[in-house]
Amino acid sequence: MKMHIPEDNPQYKALKREIIRYRRKPGPLIQVLHRAQEIFGYLPPEVQFFVAKELNVPLSSVYGVVTFYNFFRTEPVARHIINICMGTACHVKGAANVAEALSKELGIKIGETTEDKMFTLSTARCFGACGLAPVMMINDEVYGKLTPERAVEIVKKYREEHGGA
Amino acid sequence: MNDWVTIYIDGKEIKARKGDNLLKVARENGIDIPGLCFLEKITPTGACRLCVVKIEGRPGMIPSCLVAVEDGMKVIAFDEELEETRKILLNMILSEHNDDCINCDKDGDCELQDLAYKYGLGIESRIFSPIWKDIPQVKDESSPVLIYDSSKCIKCARCVKACYEIQAKGVLNFAQRGINEYVVAGLGVWADSECDGCGECVQACPVGAIAEKPVYGMRIRKKDVDRRVVTTCPYCGVGCQLELWIKDNKIVKVKGADKIPNYGKTCVKGRFGLDFVNREDRLKKPLIRKEGKFVEVEWDEALNYVAKRLKEIKEKYGPDAIAGLASAKCTNEENFVFQKFMRAVIGTNNVDHCARLCHASTVAGLARAFGSGAMTNSIEELEYADVILVTGSNTTETHPVIATLIKRAVLFHRAKLIVVDPRKIDLVKYATLWLQQKNGTDVAWINGMMHVIIKEGLYDEGFIRERTEGFNEFKKIIEQYTPERVEEITGIPKHKIIEAARIYGRAQKASIVYAMGITQHTTGTDNVLSLANLAMLTGNVGRESTGVNPLRGQNNVQGACDLGSLPNVYPGYQKVNDPQIEEKFEKAWGVKLSDKPGLTVVEMMYAATEGKIKAFYFMGENPMVSDPNIPHVKEALESVEFLVCQDIFMTETTQFADVILPAASFAEKYGTFTNTERRILWVEKAIDPPGEAKPDWIIIRDLAKKMGYEMKYTSIKDIIDEINRLSPIYAGITYERIMRGERLQWPCPDPSHPGTKYLHKDKFSRGLGKFHPVDYIPPAEWPEDEYPFLLSTGRILYHFHTGSMTRRTNVLPKYVEGPYMEMHPEDMKRLGIEDGDEVKVTSRRGFIKIKAIASDRVSLGSVFIPFHFAEAAANVLTNDALDPIAKIPELKVAACKIEKI
Repeated sequence: MKMHIPEDNPQYKALKREIIRYRRKPGPLIQVLHRAQEIFGYLPPEVQFFVAKELNVPLSSVYGVVTFYNFFRTEPVARHIINICMGTACHVKGAANVAEALSKELGIKIGETTEDKMFTLSTARCFGACGLAPVMMINDEVYGKLTPERAVEIVKKYREEHGGA
Repeated sequence: MNDWVTIYIDGKEIKARKGDNLLKVARENGIDIPGLCFLEKITPTGACRLCVVKIEGRPGMIPSCLVAVEDGMKVIAFDEELEETRKILLNMILSEHNDDCINCDKDGDCELQDLAYKYGLGIESRIFSPIWKDIPQVKDESSPVLIYDSSKCIKCARCVKACYEIQAKGVLNFAQRGINEYVVAGLGVWADSECDGCGECVQACPVGAIAEKPVYGMRIRKKDVDRRVVTTCPYCGVGCQLELWIKDNKIVKVKGADKIPNYGKTCVKGRFGLDFVNREDRLKKPLIRKEGKFVEVEWDEALNYVAKRLKEIKEKYGPDAIAGLASAKCTNEENFVFQKFMRAVIGTNNVDHCARLCHASTVAGLARAFGSGAMTNSIEELEYADVILVTGSNTTETHPVIATLIKRAVLFHRAKLIVVDPRKIDLVKYATLWLQQKNGTDVAWINGMMHVIIKEGLYDEGFIRERTEGFNEFKKIIEQYTPERVEEITGIPKHKIIEAARIYGRAQKASIVYAMGITQHTTGTDNVLSLANLAMLTGNVGRESTGVNPLRGQNNVQGACDLGSLPNVYPGYQKVNDPQIEEKFEKAWGVKLSDKPGLTVVEMMYAATEGKIKAFYFMGENPMVSDPNIPHVKEALESVEFLVCQDIFMTETTQFADVILPAASFAEKYGTFTNTERRILWVEKAIDPPGEAKPDWIIIRDLAKKMGYEMKYTSIKDIIDEINRLSPIYAGITYERIMRGERLQWPCPDPSHPGTKYLHKDKFSRGLGKFHPVDYIPPAEWPEDEYPFLLSTGRILYHFHTGSMTRRTNVLPKYVEGPYMEMHPEDMKRLGIEDGDEVKVTSRRGFIKIKAIASDRVSLGSVFIPFHFAEAAANVLTNDALDPIAKIPELKVAACKIEKI
């Protein structure tokens, strides 16, 4: 397989440094992919290819791990990642309604990204904040005791405050 | 682990080895516990749970594939509860399985179908509704050879493990998880992955999830075929045993046969590349050139004509004006008959074949050092070496099944692999150490390693004293090869030479594997002698998993040499100029024989242009592509008065022929091939030859008769009997033993001898092993101002030799269609060449136009061209400078210039 990797690009240089750091430790693949996603925001085929080549592991080992964990993304993400908790407590408290409302507001399905690359809508299993159910996270912020209306409001606010150009 | 224990399964007393797999033991004893994920050659998975049993003293049901047997173990394999559980498990598997048996290639040959039938689980009897329709399914049809359909996949992991554990490739894995799990190659697209199409996964799949594409022209189920025939692969020297599926006198499918030496494995060529046999453009009738055109004639006319012309030329110019090339593609028996024809009927020793171009230096070098010019050890021993040194062999592509053993040694037996190669070949990925030498500097790095081994006291003093001679003289030369000096000559950093010496020198069992990167040099014999020195110095000869192991390129290049298709020896390496030997053969063949060694391949071509050779007889060879300096070969072929070609296809060489005789392919005749490990393998006739094509030995026999010499062979057996009588190393390899299924390795001096697994056990063939002091000599040609690039040539996985077979297959050209040149990206940038641009490559011999491909496999200043492709034949450029002893040309080093067009 042939893939063009711009190895001079600072992101790849940074990843290469991380790979050198982890290479000699046992089972470095997940750690390296973690770093790669921090650097690139997601894991496109080129990055997976680069990781496989540098760690001397088969491509399918990388792909298997990347697709196994929800955490790893293979599509570019938006500036703001919305994660709606679908854990038991949130489910009972109406997380599905929250998800539906946000989906309608943003015009995308779960797992998709808005065309303006502002929001990615995603779900997750339990943040450990069940007392606040239903819960969502936008980037690193947790928002609890949601109603569909409040969730839409918060997202709108993000567009105004953080959206910027 | 070899302790025998007694276990009881359903009351039956069974003897087994302690630690053996319970499921395997049960099945071997006729207790057919069901199971879908178990495959004997891979580690057990325990995924399908169908093999559950109850074991006294252990709670619950346990998958028997995960149990090691212990003494006194009491097992229940079948009771109502177990069978009920299996039924439920099968129901669950079936609910996720698209059982479209009606349109499935595996219908009638499917392990799931068999079990569903056995347990009566027809569609009406299922407990669970088919949920596979509600799951996103993946169908990957991108591979040229196979289709993956996740709707049929039962996630048994057999393919994933077969790819990693059997083939040591690891191309496959599972993607996603839970119910969405499916098998994936590479990053999700089969065609873009590292998959090389060996088909091990297809063979491992218990259902129809991974299915072959109809590469042989039609969809086929096991029940559709007329018969299945086990025979030997016609491609490389490994000698894989293949099971050909035959329908209507055509090969329709190929599987790896579970027999020595490949045990079920194949490469892409063996499994998917045999359809050339079925091709319409096979030669079917003899052709004679009349007024510049080839005209079909009857056999009688063709042979009469050949006999008449050869007799005329012999009478006019003498027997030495005729030269013949036998073939490493033909059987042992055909090579025997051919060399006998040249020697007894024509009366010349001018007989050679393409081994001259690959391993002549091996035959010469190892014979001098050890007394026997062949692979010292066996293929399967490689897997158990502590250290494997691979040099000048791109094993993954040239001997794919042997490469799997080397990789398995690294992955599963903690062997250390040292690769010494100017190119970053695939094996480098598995290597502990990669030494990148400049082409043609092999004597220097081998001497350098030996310098360190001697200096650090890592040599085997006892072995040297008792088993060898010439050490002191040899040592004097080695003293001069300090790591510093070697770094200067070879470009290998000195610390790597030292490390390699230590790894190799400290090994208990070190094996050297090499091929044309060592032999195809003007110093080819020196290179081989150096490797022999290295092995003797450390006592790594004459034991299991050690030795010096030349990998022979063609299916029967070992056999063609063994059977005397060489100008200086009769069958069994018996010298033509030894009066006793001469007498023996004269008596056996009833004619006066020549005691003058004949000409080698390249010498023949020069003799032709000098007017000394007036006729050529080629059996299955294509020198217009395979030989160095093609412009000169062309001149040679044009200058002879008479040229006979015996082949299965029209080739670049047959264009120059006066007569073309249609031959049978490997699948259309009986006989034997000798693989690279000296093992005599049976070739079974699977189909009838097309038209009037005949096996080569029959053609030669009939021609001999027309020339007044009777060869009384009515079958292969008659020829093997004569070989047994005349060639001591083959004396015990009788037709009867071969028919009994014995696959013996020579030397095998009598019918009760078990054959020889590895050579030189207590004594070298020549008595004492001989150290040869060898000094480094640079290649005949080296890059300089006008020709600044270093050109090297070689083979690739998807094609073979001159491409006359592989390029006529459906599938192999889909992987690699035509000629290309590997070039370093920075060299390309400097010359303003883009990836894929056509360039002009010129050497002192000629020029070709070829596509340049950016590749970091080659080093700066070097290029590599596969030699399979006539339209941009690498051998137009290569140097025909010869090794003075073995007369092998320097195909691996030529100077060239590259221009943008």
